[in-house]
Amino acid sequence: MLELFDGPVPVEEIMVRWYHDEEGSNYGAFIPFIGTIRDEDGISGLSFDIYEPILESWFDAWQERAKEAGAVLKMAHSRGDVPLHTSSYVAAVFSPKRKVALKMINDFVEDFKASAPIWKYDLKEGKRLYAADRSTPIGGSGILGA
Amino acid sequence: MVRVEFLGPIQKDALELEVTSLRDVAAALQSDAEVKDWLETCAVAVNDTLVKSLDTALKSGDKVSLLPPVCGG
Repeated sequence: MLELFDGPVPVEEIMVRWYHDEEGSNYGAFIPFIGTIRDEDGISGLSFDIYEPILESWFDAWQERAKEAGAVLKMAHSRGDVPLHTSSYVAAVFSPKRKVALKMINDFVEDFKASAPIWKYDLKEGKRLYAADRSTPIGGSGILGA
Repeated sequence: MVRVEFLGPIQKDALELEVTSLRDVAAALQSDAEVKDWLETCAVAVNDTLVKSLDTALKSGDKVSLLPPVCGG
């Protein structure tokens, strides 16, 4: 399940809903990750662009990987502006065993950072500034270069 | 015509190019001052699938997307 929201991710609603979605599914472990926006470098918030077709295929490939391990992945992310101290990203793994879920949430979030087609901007002094120094080229980048 | 789209922070309108492979797209973009500096760090998708070879063939109606470095979360 992949969910996108304009503005902050509604963390409380999602956590309760995802828990109830799976409470009868006989999973022994529910490991959520909630990313929140810290007050740093004078920003008033962050902003995001998403390219949905490739985000969806990236997520579907991860869901297949989770399925092979007997697990289920869920993810929610923001589009547009997200103020300080709210959440732009929530992910969760449900699995029969704790160790599978703990490893998978780590691997999933790491690959999310490196591969998901999402672009981050700092909101600062009324401007929307691409976070170039915190961004990572997707694997295989650069083929169009000289 | 092949449509070339620039995603995220690349501030450039889409182009329509008469090309038959990704190599032709590379040649066209390398001489485009607005986008040249992005090429070394961009991933490339054809019809929303990431590709890794310049020999990827293109036909009229295809869509090429340039994906600059990412940072979700």
